[in-house]
Amino acid sequence: MSRPPSTQPFLHEVIEATPGGEALKTCLQCGTCSGSCPSGPDMDHSPREIFAMLMAGMEDEVLRSNTPWYCVSCYYCMARCPKDIPITDIMYTLKRKSIEARLYDDSAAPDWSESFMGYVESYGRSFELGLATQYHLTHSPLSKVSLGTFALGMLTRNRLGLLPERIEGMDQLNAILEKAKELEAH
Amino acid sequence: MRYAYYPGCSLTRSARAYAESTAAIVGPLGIELVEVEDWNCCGATEYIAINKSAAYALVGRNLALATSIEDVETLTAPCSACYLNLKKVDRYMGEYPDLNQRTNTALAAGGLSYEPGTLHVKHLLDVITEDIGVEVVAGSVSQPLAGIKLAPYYGCLIARPALDDEPAHDTEQPHNLDDLLTALGADVVDYPVKTNCCGGHMAQISASTAYGLIGKLIGAAAKAGADAIVTICPMCQLNLDAYQTQVNRHLGTKYKMPILYFTQMIGLAMGMKPADLGFGQEIVSGKPVLAKVGLPVHEPAGPTPKRRSRRNDPSLPMPGSRGER
Amino acid sequence: MSERIGIYVCHCGSNIAGVVDVEEVARWAGENIEDVVIARDYKFMCSSLGQELIEEDIRKEGLTRVVVGACSPHLHEKTFRRACANAGLNPYFFQMASLREQIAWVTKDRERATKKAKSLIAAAAERVALHAELEPFTVPVNPATLVVGGGIAGIQASLELAEAGYPVYLVEREPSIGGHMAQFDKTFPTLDCAACILTPRMSEAEAHENITLLSYSEVEEVSGFVGSFKVKVRKNARYVVEEDCTGCGICTEKCPTSVVDDVFEAGIGYRKAIYRPFPQAVPKYPVIDTESCLYFNTGKCRICEKVCPTEAIDFEQQDELIELEVGNIILATGYETFDATRITQYGYGRLPNVFTSLEFERLCNAAGPTEGKLVLRDGVTEPKSIGIIHCVGSRDVHYNPGCSAICCMSALKFGHLAIEKSEADVTSFYIDMRPIAKGYEEFYDRLMEEGMHFVRGRVAEVTDVALAPEEEGKLIVQVEDTLLGKQRRVPVDMVVLMVGLEPRPDARDVALRFGISCSMNGWFTERHPKLDPVATMTDGIFIAGTCQGAKDIPDSVAQGAAAAARVLSMITRGHVQIEPIVAEINPEQCSGCRICNELCPFNAIDYIEADAVSEINTALCKGCGTCVAACPAGAITGAHFSNQQIMAELDGLLFDVNEHDETMQPEPTAA
Repeated sequence: MSRPPSTQPFLHEVIEATPGGEALKTCLQCGTCSGSCPSGPDMDHSPREIFAMLMAGMEDEVLRSNTPWYCVSCYYCMARCPKDIPITDIMYTLKRKSIEARLYDDSAAPDWSESFMGYVESYGRSFELGLATQYHLTHSPLSKVSLGTFALGMLTRNRLGLLPERIEGMDQLNAILEKAKELEAH
Repeated sequence: MRYAYYPGCSLTRSARAYAESTAAIVGPLGIELVEVEDWNCCGATEYIAINKSAAYALVGRNLALATSIEDVETLTAPCSACYLNLKKVDRYMGEYPDLNQRTNTALAAGGLSYEPGTLHVKHLLDVITEDIGVEVVAGSVSQPLAGIKLAPYYGCLIARPALDDEPAHDTEQPHNLDDLLTALGADVVDYPVKTNCCGGHMAQISASTAYGLIGKLIGAAAKAGADAIVTICPMCQLNLDAYQTQVNRHLGTKYKMPILYFTQMIGLAMGMKPADLGFGQEIVSGKPVLAKVGLPVHEPAGPTPKRRSRRNDPSLPMPGSRGER
Repeated sequence: MSERIGIYVCHCGSNIAGVVDVEEVARWAGENIEDVVIARDYKFMCSSLGQELIEEDIRKEGLTRVVVGACSPHLHEKTFRRACANAGLNPYFFQMASLREQIAWVTKDRERATKKAKSLIAAAAERVALHAELEPFTVPVNPATLVVGGGIAGIQASLELAEAGYPVYLVEREPSIGGHMAQFDKTFPTLDCAACILTPRMSEAEAHENITLLSYSEVEEVSGFVGSFKVKVRKNARYVVEEDCTGCGICTEKCPTSVVDDVFEAGIGYRKAIYRPFPQAVPKYPVIDTESCLYFNTGKCRICEKVCPTEAIDFEQQDELIELEVGNIILATGYETFDATRITQYGYGRLPNVFTSLEFERLCNAAGPTEGKLVLRDGVTEPKSIGIIHCVGSRDVHYNPGCSAICCMSALKFGHLAIEKSEADVTSFYIDMRPIAKGYEEFYDRLMEEGMHFVRGRVAEVTDVALAPEEEGKLIVQVEDTLLGKQRRVPVDMVVLMVGLEPRPDARDVALRFGISCSMNGWFTERHPKLDPVATMTDGIFIAGTCQGAKDIPDSVAQGAAAAARVLSMITRGHVQIEPIVAEINPEQCSGCRICNELCPFNAIDYIEADAVSEINTALCKGCGTCVAACPAGAITGAHFSNQQIMAELDGLLFDVNEHDETMQPEPTAA
C-alpha cells in the first residue's frame, strides 16, 4: 500500500535500479553513513543529505553533486546503517545515472571509470599504465612531476606493465557484455 | 585442499610480490590452487559505476569459467576487491531473481551460465585461517618472526559488506589476521584502524582525500611501534607503499613504513628466501624487517609485576571480566 | 416444530456495505433460507439500537435463533449473545458470520463479496438451527495470587492485592527484591533518589501480613487453570539460616573472596562470595555464591561460619521445593539491557572509558563502587568531558528495531547528574529526542538551561586513534552533526552508551512454562495492545511492567496496579465463567484406548482406571476438537461443534451447489 512512483519518480528510479533499494524509504536521516564516510568531508553533500535530496525530489542537484564520485566503496555506511539501506550500491546507481545525465562539474572520476572500462572491453584485463597516462594527460597535468617519480619507482621494480595483456576469449567476453548492455537499456 | 584460483589483474604485475609469495607458501600448507582459465578483469570498483548488468556479467564470466574446474567447491581470490566482486555477484544473483536472469541471459550469449551458490567464494586469507587453520600454519613455522612488531591491516572489503548468513568476521575489528601473525611468532600491535579504507582509486583521482586516509593508517601503525604493516589486498599495498613519499610531503611526516603481504610473512616464517617471496618489489624497502628476522630477541628485564591487592588498586573492572582478585 | 430464525446483516457504516450488497444479502436470506422469519440489514448492529432491534424481534416475533453478519466474533459475539440473553433467549442460540474481516476487508470485488456473504449467512443459519442450549459453568477463584518478579511493577501489584486483604506470594529470582530500579541513582524527571522512593515499598512488601516473600526463588512448574493454578517454586539454598540470621554483615566483611559483581554492580564493582546485593536488600539475608565460594570449590575456608555470631551459616542447606495454590498469576519479570559489545565500532569492552548506562548509574550512585564519584575506568581520574550516545542497540534492524522508550530521558538525567557532580562538559548524540510524558519536555528544557550540549547525529564510531593534538589521550566520537551537515570528531574523556532494553534471555522459556505467548524476541504478548495491555490470551495470567515492553517507572507502576485490579475483580466476584464449548466423552462408547490422553494439548483428559474409560476435565478443556477428531470410536463430542452442526454449516456454505436442500434455489453461475 505504498505511494505510487509518480509522486517521487527519481527516488523510485534509484530504488528500482538498486538491489535492496526499497529500504531507502525507511531512512531515518540518522547520519551514521555520513559520520562514517572516510571521504565525506570532501563531498558537496554528505550521503545522508543526498538521501534527503532524493526524498525531496531534487533530481538535478543530486545528479550535479560530486558525492557519488567521492565514494570509496569502503562499505562502512552500509554495514552500520540501522535500516540496512544498501548505501554503497545506491552510490553506484547514482554514478550510473550521473554518467547518463552528464551534469557533474568535475569529470575526473567519471573519466577514470570510463577509461578503465575501455581497457577491460578491449583487453579483458585492466591496463594501469594506459589508464594512468590517459587520465593524467587530461586531468592533472601539473601533478605529472610527482607522478613521474611514482611511475619510475613502479617501473624499476617491474610493477608496471608497459603493454596490455589480452585474454583469449575476447570475442566471448564481448558477446556477453553486448548482451548485458542491451538488457540494461530496457 | 583444492581451490579454484582467481588471481586478478594486479597480481599479474603491480602485486607480483603477492602472487609470488602466495605460490611459494600454498604447497607447504596443503593448498592446491587451480587458476581459472582465461579469467577476465573483475571490474574493480569501476565497471559497476558505468553499467550494472554488464558489470555483473563481467564477473559472471569468471564464476562460470571457475565451475568448469573439477573437484573444487571454493573459489578463492587474494585481492579483496576481486574477492568482493565475485562473492557479491554470486550472492546477489541468489537473492535477486531479476539479476540472476539478466546475468545468465548475458552469459548465455557467450555460451556460459552460472547457478548462484555453486561455488563458495573465499578470500585467500580466510582459506588459510579458516580452512587450513592457524594451528597448521603455526606448525609450519621454522623461523618465528620473534621481536618483529606488525600492524595487521585488513582493509575494507574482506570485512564489509557481510555477505554470508553467518559472517566469518566482525565488520569492524576482525582478528584472524592478528591470530595468524601471532602464530608466526610476531608481536601484533594494537591497530584499531585495521579496517579503515586506504582510499581506493582516490589516490589517483583525489589525491588529498587519499593521502589523509593513508597517513592515518601509517601514522597509527608507526605510533603503535610497528615495524611493518601487513596487508591482504594489492590496492591497499599499492596505496600505502607507492604513495608514501607523496603522503609524507602532503602531511609533513617522515614515515618509512614497509607494507608487506601476509603471504610474504608466512613465507619468511617458513624460512623461505626473501627473494622468492617478492621482497625488493616494495617501494618502501622491507629490508629493516628482513634484518630483524632471525635475530635473537632482547627483552629488557623489567620488574616483575606485583600482584596488586585490592586495597592498592582503585580501578574498575572491564566488561566481561569474571576473575577474582 | 421448526425454528424461527432472525437474520441481521450489518453495514458497519461503509466497512461492510462498501463492498457487500447488504440489502441484497438480507433480502436473499429472507426469501431463500429455511425457517427465516425476519431478515434485516442495519447500519450498526453493535449499537444500542441495533441490539434493541434483536431483542424486540425475539420478543415480538418469537425468534428461537439469531444470526448476525457483521465484524469478527472476537469483537462483538459477546455483545449479541448478551442481547439474546436479555430477551430471554439462550445466548448459544446465536451464531455470528464475519462479513467484515473475512469478506469486506479482503476483497474489492462486489459480486464475489456479496455471493460469499450469502454463503456465510446461509452457513450460520443452517448451523444455528442445530445449536444446543448450553450454560457456561463456573469455577471458584482461589483468592491467593502469585506475583513473579519483585521489581517495581511486581511490588506494586503485590501491595495492591495485599492491601485489599488477599494473600500474595511474591517470587523473586535474585536474593533481594527491588529489580533494576534499585540500581539507579536518581529517577527522571523528578530527580528523586531511586532507593529513597523504592525502599519504603520494599519494606512494606516484606512486612505486609498478606505477602509471603519468596526471594532467591524461581517458579519451576505451573499447572491448572484460571481460579486454581498449582505452582511449584524452588527456593534456592542461601546456605544461611534465615531464622537465625540478624543481617549483621560480619560474614560478608570477613569473606576473603572478592569477585566481580556483574548483576547488581553491572560488572563495574565487586562483591564477596557471601553477599547481600546492596545495603537495603530485602530480605536482609545474605547468600553464598557457590561458584566463587572457597569452601564449595576446595573445602577450605569456612570463615563466615566461624565469625557468624548466631551460627546462621549452614553449608548443608538444601533447596526447598514449595507447592502453592493460587487463583491468578501476574508476571512482572522485567528486562535485560542490550549487550553493547555487539556494536564493535563503539568500542565497549575494548576501550576502557566506554561505559554502559547501567554502569554509569552505579558510578553515580552513592552506594556504588566509587561511592558516587564520577571517575574513569582507572577509578581515579575525573572526566572533563562526557559523550552520551543514544539508541545503542535500539532502532536498528540488526539488533532491536523498536525504540526503548526511556533512554532519551535517562540520557538527560545523566547529563544533569554529571553537571551536578563534576565539572564535566556533557554532550548528547541523538537521532531524535523523545521526552514524551508529563514533565519530560520540561526536563529537556532544564538540561538545555543547565548547559548540556546536544548534537543530532547517530554516532558512527568511537575511537582512540588521535588525528590532532587535542585528540591525544581522548576518546573521539565521530559523528555527522546532521543539523550542520558536517562530519565532526568530538574528543571526550568518557563515553556512555544508552543501551536498549531487551526481554530477559529466558523470556521464551518462561512464557512456555506459564502457557502464554511472547513475540519473536521475547516480549510477553498482551491480549490487546491498545485496550488490554495487562492481560494475556491465557485466562488468569497477567503481565505487568517491562516484560511486556520497554517503558518507564510510572507506566510499570500503573501496569502493576492494573494487573492487580484485574485480579481483584476476579477474586471479589469469587468465581469465573468457563465457556461451555468443551468436549465430552460418552463412557458407554469409550473403549479405554487412551489415544486422546496424549493428544490433548491442555492435559485435560484423565484416565479413570476403575472404569477403564477416559474423562475430560471440563475446566481445563479449551474445546479445540483434537480428541473429537482422533477418537476411533467416535465417543467424543465437542459441544457447539457436533458433526451435524459442522455438516449443516457446510451445507449452507455450498448453497449454490447444494443438491439436497430443495428450498434453496441454486444461483445462476456467473459466466
